[in-house]
Parts: sequence; structure tokens; C-alpha cells
Amino acid sequence: MDAPAPVPATAAVLPATALRRKDLLGIAELTPEEIVLVLDTAVAMKEISQRQIKKVPALRGRTVVNLFFEPSTRTRTSFEIAEKRLSADTLGVAIASSSVVKGETLVDTARNIEAMGPSMIVLRHPASGAAHLLSRVCKSPIINAGDGLHEHPTQALLDAFTIRERKGRISGLKVAIVGDLLHSRVLRSNVLLLTKLGAEVWVCGPPTLMPMGLDQLGVRTTSSVDEAVEGADVVMMLRIQLERMEGGFFPSLREYFHVFGMTAARLARAQKDVIVMHPGPINRGVEIASDVADGPFSVILDQVANGVAARMAVLYLLAGGGADNEAVA
Amino acid sequence: MKRLLKGARVVDPVNGIDGAYDVFIDDGRIAKVGRDLPVSLADGGQVVALSPAFVVCPGFIDMHVHLREPGQEHKETVASGVASAVAGGFTAVACMPNTKPVNDNAGVTELILKKAADAGLARVYPIGAVSRGQQGEQLADIAELRQAGCVALSDDGHPISTALLARRAMEYAGMFGMPIIEHCEDPSLKGEGVAHEGPMAASLGLKGIPGIAEAITAGRDILIAEMVGGHVHVAHMSAWTTLEAVRQGKSRGVKVTCEVAPHHFTLTDALLAAPVPYDTDTKMNPPLREQRDVDAMLAGIADGSVDVIATDHAPHHADEKNVEYDRAPFGIVGLETAIPIALDKLVHAGVIRLPRLVELMSVNPAGLLKVPGGTLSEGAVADITILAPDQTVTIDRAALVSKSHNTPYHGWTFRGAAAVTIVGGRVVYVNPASGLSLRADAR
Repeated sequence: MDAPAPVPATAAVLPATALRRKDLLGIAELTPEEIVLVLDTAVAMKEISQRQIKKVPALRGRTVVNLFFEPSTRTRTSFEIAEKRLSADTLGVAIASSSVVKGETLVDTARNIEAMGPSMIVLRHPASGAAHLLSRVCKSPIINAGDGLHEHPTQALLDAFTIRERKGRISGLKVAIVGDLLHSRVLRSNVLLLTKLGAEVWVCGPPTLMPMGLDQLGVRTTSSVDEAVEGADVVMMLRIQLERMEGGFFPSLREYFHVFGMTAARLARAQKDVIVMHPGPINRGVEIASDVADGPFSVILDQVANGVAARMAVLYLLAGGGADNEAVA
Repeated sequence: MKRLLKGARVVDPVNGIDGAYDVFIDDGRIAKVGRDLPVSLADGGQVVALSPAFVVCPGFIDMHVHLREPGQEHKETVASGVASAVAGGFTAVACMPNTKPVNDNAGVTELILKKAADAGLARVYPIGAVSRGQQGEQLADIAELRQAGCVALSDDGHPISTALLARRAMEYAGMFGMPIIEHCEDPSLKGEGVAHEGPMAASLGLKGIPGIAEAITAGRDILIAEMVGGHVHVAHMSAWTTLEAVRQGKSRGVKVTCEVAPHHFTLTDALLAAPVPYDTDTKMNPPLREQRDVDAMLAGIADGSVDVIATDHAPHHADEKNVEYDRAPFGIVGLETAIPIALDKLVHAGVIRLPRLVELMSVNPAGLLKVPGGTLSEGAVADITILAPDQTVTIDRAALVSKSHNTPYHGWTFRGAAAVTIVGGRVVYVNPASGLSLRADAR
């Protein structure tokens, strides 16, 4: 029998505190202090991810169920790695969901899973508010891994972590978010987070993909990419889902790229040390040119790496963090 | 049976009556309204001693309900629906044809009327489908529906599919003096929307239904009614732009009328976010809109532009509502909350006076549908709603008589209640909290 690998202690770096809430449903509910706590904790988590043995016992003996009703590669993998690095037992449940499939309701599915005693449920679901619904019927903490068009809080946290890592701050930065604003949960979570932390947020897209009342969320709206990018510290591109074209939101992908695609020429209007972000998966030649996506300003792969750290932080803090967790005390 | 209602305030707008009167009921009809009526009850009868805290008015008529039978009896039946109606103070309801099968033929109409007669509580006036199967292609057999007892026509749940069909329906139904009740909604603008299109839907990530989706169809139908001389009634109006279209039509002399549901003059889409985020009891069609729309509905109610308050009582089983917001069916129950809401938010709030409320909930629906009631004139049917305007009620979802409990008003307290419901001279409901010793009549 092999001896278990030594697990490094992390008491020195992990904050001895927790998120005083049961769930992470959205950025909307978080205070700026809570957001900063997650970002600070993610710094320590990233350090763990860079060790040779990328594992701490923080969630040992806990079971995290990843309940995914939508296809997802990046987010699901990222959560699983985060959970494993915290020594949780993880279980992935992928359920095909469409409006035509008549079967068990979401509430029943969740109750059945909860009956097996998980410590936490990570939910990805195509309906806005699904995480809120689950939080009302489940005692287990719920982490929203994306609900419909509503929120994707861990994406916004990893984005903020990436921005802070590169820029040292968020307050006062000009952030331009360009793309499909109507169907993007990434947009909503990012707007909420960045405005809470004092960034100047510009959002840009065709008026057909701009929800009514967006200007009341404390952002500047424009359909001119040049105006949005002018002097920007951060340029965040949002994915254009190809099926949107069939909805008649814009005439063609070719024209979309012509008007809104991020090219090196457009990017030249931004700050010299601009960073270019994208939540992925990217459509090369639609919302972003390859030379920008792969270029010197791109932090797209950093975002992916930081996603693990940010999710570790959320899992750790929701599980009680250092407040009542002797494993890391 | 003879019955004398004594000591209450009597409000009968048709006869300009508002004051302390006696109402004498004989053989199911109003025999006399007057002061200190010299009535002999020697040969049997009952004196119902009331007080000025009660208001006797012509029976309230809810011209927009869904009774769900046939086909969806797990949500409501005719029997449970009329029990809910009389508990809410309504003496009559008009029920929409989107049953399964659709009420587009005499067979379904007769079934509903038979179930209503069996229940023997509120009167039930079926509304027939405009189009066969509500499919929006071919007119239903409207003469047959009329003969079987339908009082109006609607494809409610959907708008009449095309301007041409709306035109044909108004022309043809005009023969029988039947109004076309339109569920105004441009399907392309509604799309997959589940909430009012605006900042709230945007922040909740819900697909929006703009207010003008309603106004555009209303505008279409008003123009058609003007051209063909038809009568269009705009159902469950919710948007300020629709009210503007109705006002313009009325000012040009078009026969257009409209109704507003209590939730559309009291609630906004803020309720979708708090206190319970994504509460599916806030999902109805048309959706809860913004304060501007609520204010417009109140103004329309006050200035006479709005003709009727109707509930759009739309029962759904708890299982159907306990799902994701996108998947939940549209609609809330309304029969048992309408009077408390209207008395509190309209009369006590000073938007209108009580006689105007009686017009909105009794006189006008009776007139529009050309059905008995709406008045306490001598010889009229003795359909009477007795209100207790100062009685406080707290809405309790579990205590609703309706088979379904999907209401966003759970826990709300209102000043004003229905005390007694009398249909054809028969006491069919007495609110146990009214303090009256009166009991409902046996069948």
C-alpha cells in the first residue's frame, strides 16, 4: 500500500473567513467586500495551482455534484479541477434538457440528488433563475455555473481576478465589452461586478442585441466599437452564437465582423497596455480576428487558468472557508 | 322566497341610487328598492338585518375567467370555479373557450352550461372561440355557439391570427350582437418572451414582451371595428400605449371597450425580483409591466376610459408552477382577490368612488355581454353582491376556494371584502368573517 502523498498546509495563505451566505447565485447579491474576499482568496488558490502537488485538503470528505443541464466543456472541467484540487469528491451529472423533453422536473431532480447528501451543488441550466429555484428547495449550497441569460458569477469573478492580476486594480479602469449583449449571462455578471468595484464600463453591440434598459445598469452604451475601445484598459469580447443570425439579429456573420469584429486596427485605439479578454469559446473571424485572439494583448488563456483558482476560492469560502474548517486551520 | 335586505348602503348606479335603502327580493327578482319599505313577510320570508358598514350592489360579473373544464380539471372545474367566484363576491362569470377541447361548438358550450347548472352557484356565460380549434384559420360555427348560449367570442390565449380573420369575425359576429374579445398581442414581437421588456427583464435575463406588442394588435382591431362597425373588447389591457389606442378609438366613436385586471393596476415587474426572485406566480400574460403602465391603468379607470375590471382568473396546478420561470404557464387566480384589491387600491385609495367600481364590475360587464344583472331595477334578476368595504382581509393561498392557489398576493392585507353573494335571490355565499348570522340557502 502506497503512502498518501504529503498534503501541504495552507493555513498561512488562505483567509480564515467565509462567505456568510448559503449560495452563490449571482454577482447581484454580493457586496464589494465579498467580491474582494473571493478575489483575495483566489490569489492563494492560484498559488496552490502552481505547486508541484496541486492539492489541499480543504474539502476532504465533501461531495460536490456538478449538475449540468447544458453542454459545457470549459466551465465543467474548470469546476471539476477546482473541486479535486480542494480534495472534494466530485460527481458530474449531465442531463439533456430541452423544452420538448417531458420528464422529471428540475425540482424533483434536485431533491433526488440532495437526498444522497451532497455538500454542494454546482448548477448550469438554460433557464434564467434556475439556481434561485434550486436554492429555495435545496438545503445544500448552490453555486450558479450559468443560468440562462441571467448570470454566470464565477466567470465574472475569474475575469475580475485576471484584470486585477494584470492591472493591479479594477477601480477607474475603462472596460469595453463588445458583442451579443442580449443573450449574454457573462455580460450581466461582469457589468454588475465591474461597476460594483468602480470600473467605467462601456458596452457595445448592434442595437438588436442590446437589451432595453441596459443603460440603467450604470454602464455607457454605444454601437460604435471605436468609441467603446477608445482609451480602454480592458477589451472584453463576447461570443456571437451562430444561431442568433437565424433570429435575424444581424444580416450576416461577414457583416458582423466588418462592423463589430475586434481587429488589430480597432484595438490600436485602446491603451498601449490593453488586455483583450474572451470567455470562450471564440469564433475566429466573427467577433475576434485570430491575430488579436492569439496576439500579445490577449489574456484569453490566462482567464481559463484563473478560472480554476476563482472557482476554488468560491468553493472554499462557501464551504465555510477557514471559519469552521479544521482541515486548513 | 321573499327576502328584505335592511339597513345597508345601497349603490345602484343605473338608477342613480346611493344611500340607505331597503331592497326587497321576491321570487328571484328585485321587487322594490326604497326607504323603509312596508313589506309584509307574514306569509314567510326573511329580513336580513345589515348595517351601513355593508354595501348592497348589483351582482359583480367577472367577464374573463378560465374554468379549465373540459380537459384540465386538475387546475379547475366549472364547479370549483363558480365556488371560487361566489366566495369572491361574483354572481356571474364569463369563461374563455381555451378548454380541451376548445369551446368552438355547441357540445362544449352545453357541457359547460350543464356543469354550471349542476353546481348552482354563480351564473356562467360561455365565450365561444372565434376560430375553429382557436387555430386562427376558419371561423367557428358562430351561430351555433350563439344558440347554445355563448355571449361573446374570443381566441383568448392567442390573438386572432390575422387582420382578415379579425375583420370577418367582427362582421359576422355583428349579426348576433356579440363582441369580439381580443387577446391583443403581436406574436412576432412577443416571441419567446416571458416578462415585460424593460430593465427588469434585462437584469433578470428573461426574454421580454414589449408593451407595444399589445397596442399594435389593439390598434389593428380598433381600425377594423371602425371600418366594419364591429365591437372589439380589449381583454386584460396592460400597457399605456394600448390605453392610448383605446382612447383614440373611443374619441372617434369606434365601438371599442376594454378591461383591466387587478394585477395590472397594482403590481409592477419589480415583483419578479423581490421578495421571491423568479416567483412563477408573477408570470402572467400580458406580463406585469412598469409603474408608468400601472399609473396609466389607474388613470384610465378614474377617467372612464376603462370599461371593466376583470380578473383573467387563470388557475394552474402547483406542480405546473413549481418549475423554471421560462417553463411555467402564464396566469394567476383572481376571483377571490379582486374585490379586496379593488376596494383597497381603488376606492379607499381615492382613485374612484364606490358607484364607479360598481359600474366597472357589474353594470358595464352586464351591458357589454347583454346578460341579466348590473342593476337593482324593479323586475331585474336578484343577483346581488354585498360588500364589507371596511373589513380587513389577509390573502391566504391555502384558504382559497379555487382548486389552484397561484396568486402573487399571498400574505397581502387589504381593506375591503365580499360579504354575501346572492344569485337569483338565493344566498349562495356568506363570508364567515363578515359577522353576519345569515347562512347560505340550501339548494
